[in-house]
Amino acid sequence: MPDQLLLALRNVGLIFRKELAAYFNSSVAYITLLVFLLITGWFFASSFFIINESDLRVLFSLVPIIYLFFIPAVTMGLIARERSSGTMEFLVTLPLSDWEVVLGKYLAAVALIAVGLGFTLFHFATLVLVATDLDPGAVFTGYLGLLLVGGVYAAAGVFCSALTSNQITAFILSFMIVFVFFMLDKMLIFIPGSLTALVQYVSIDFHLSNISRGVIDSRNLVYFASTTGLFLMLAVRVLEMRKWR
Amino acid sequence: MIRVENLSKRFGEIQAIQDVSFTVNDGEILGFLGPNGAGKSTTLRIITTYLTPTAGQVTVDNLDVATESAQVRARIGYLPEQNPLYVEMTAYDQLRFAAAARGITGQAFAVALRRVSGECGLKEVIHRPIGELSKGYRQRVGLAQAIIHDPEILILDEPTSGLDPNQIAEIRGLIKQLGREKTVIISSHILQEVQAVADRMIILNKGRVVADGTTAELMAGFEGQARLNLEVKNATDKSIAALTDRFPEIKIKDQTTRDGVSNLALEYPTGRDLREQIFGYAVEAGWVLLEMSRQQAQLEDLFRSLTLEEGGAHA
Repeated sequence: MPDQLLLALRNVGLIFRKELAAYFNSSVAYITLLVFLLITGWFFASSFFIINESDLRVLFSLVPIIYLFFIPAVTMGLIARERSSGTMEFLVTLPLSDWEVVLGKYLAAVALIAVGLGFTLFHFATLVLVATDLDPGAVFTGYLGLLLVGGVYAAAGVFCSALTSNQITAFILSFMIVFVFFMLDKMLIFIPGSLTALVQYVSIDFHLSNISRGVIDSRNLVYFASTTGLFLMLAVRVLEMRKWR
Repeated sequence: MIRVENLSKRFGEIQAIQDVSFTVNDGEILGFLGPNGAGKSTTLRIITTYLTPTAGQVTVDNLDVATESAQVRARIGYLPEQNPLYVEMTAYDQLRFAAAARGITGQAFAVALRRVSGECGLKEVIHRPIGELSKGYRQRVGLAQAIIHDPEILILDEPTSGLDPNQIAEIRGLIKQLGREKTVIISSHILQEVQAVADRMIILNKGRVVADGTTAELMAGFEGQARLNLEVKNATDKSIAALTDRFPEIKIKDQTTRDGVSNLALEYPTGRDLREQIFGYAVEAGWVLLEMSRQQAQLEDLFRSLTLEEGGAHA
């Protein structure tokens, strides 16, 4: 069994490296990162001096909005492009499992998102230079929350990319899914009282705000893990469907 | 050894293949022949585990394709009809990825790369992006990728489609060479191609096997039309017309006369040999026989009769 696990990890790593290389060998990584950093940088810096507080709260509330476009753009090609170029037939007839393929691709997308988040540490660094009463714990949990949200969105994006051979369709589908996740919390007032607790539990903001406040509750972690897992499982099922079509 | 038993595949309303059974022996080159849409690719995709059949079973070296899929995939090298290449990668990167997915890395990859780049003639282009390569070279990269792990079984779906005649000859040569030590299934809708490379052929039509055997086996038993070409001098139109009156089974397919020399193309059922009688008639009618050549019914005629007619079961 450990041998099989090792083999699976090796295969996931192989797909992960292939996708990461594909990101950075094409313009995808550079363009999406550039746009991500331009927008976060502009909105963060322009409101930072108005609010005049030494924290990254503005950044943390901004990034989930930018994610709505950034993450679908990162994930749209992952599987759709394999379909349209015909490499899918090669990839799934290699001795790799569909799980390994999906997981490797997913992790590559998360890595690219992490690189984007990593660049925003630049704002944190400038803050450290000038701030007097900085709370590093809040900054840590804030980033953790952003990474977890990015993880859920990326899983939804991988699922949508598996559904179609058209990257634009994949982009629009995953935008719609992450937009619903993003909006649920803001729509609570329109929802009948008996359903609010349920809808709130499904909405991503509810869990993110807990973590961003510095509370790492297992309930929230379970939410992020299960949502991510659900989308990845759906993506694997979609890949398997080709056989039965 | 590949054993296909009563294989059927249905896509919604469309029955892609029905009750297909055949075996491929070790070291054999099997040609998979049929018009477009006959179910060739579907069958190959089931053998390579890309699709799951609606009914029936496929075993590769006694491993069930459905339940021992990973082991089957490890044994097979597969070049799909649409050559699966990552255009942004170099040929080297693509081959390295294909090798790594099969557990071939480091020194073992260096050895495998040397072998396939020699066999497929990739040395000059190995570090060029695949997007910049010609179609012929891409096909060679696809083939190299399929044999990078030195598989016992090689499955090639229309490997020469879209290539120019020189490239076709090259790829065919390569396949023949690979077929010396491997079991190969090559699909094609071109009869000459299959005849040129394969030991045995299976003809598929409308999802069913309509013929299975070597060229000689298929032709024995086939009642086609033999063709006889005649070049004669001093033949009048009247005496030519009288030929068919004498031998009603003869049909004149073509007739040209220039400067007193007539060229006739005759057809009659293969079962009979009428050359002697025709010679006798020529003497009788005062023709000067310049040339007489016989064309046996061709495999092409058989192929056409099997794949055009409704339900032409044979062999």
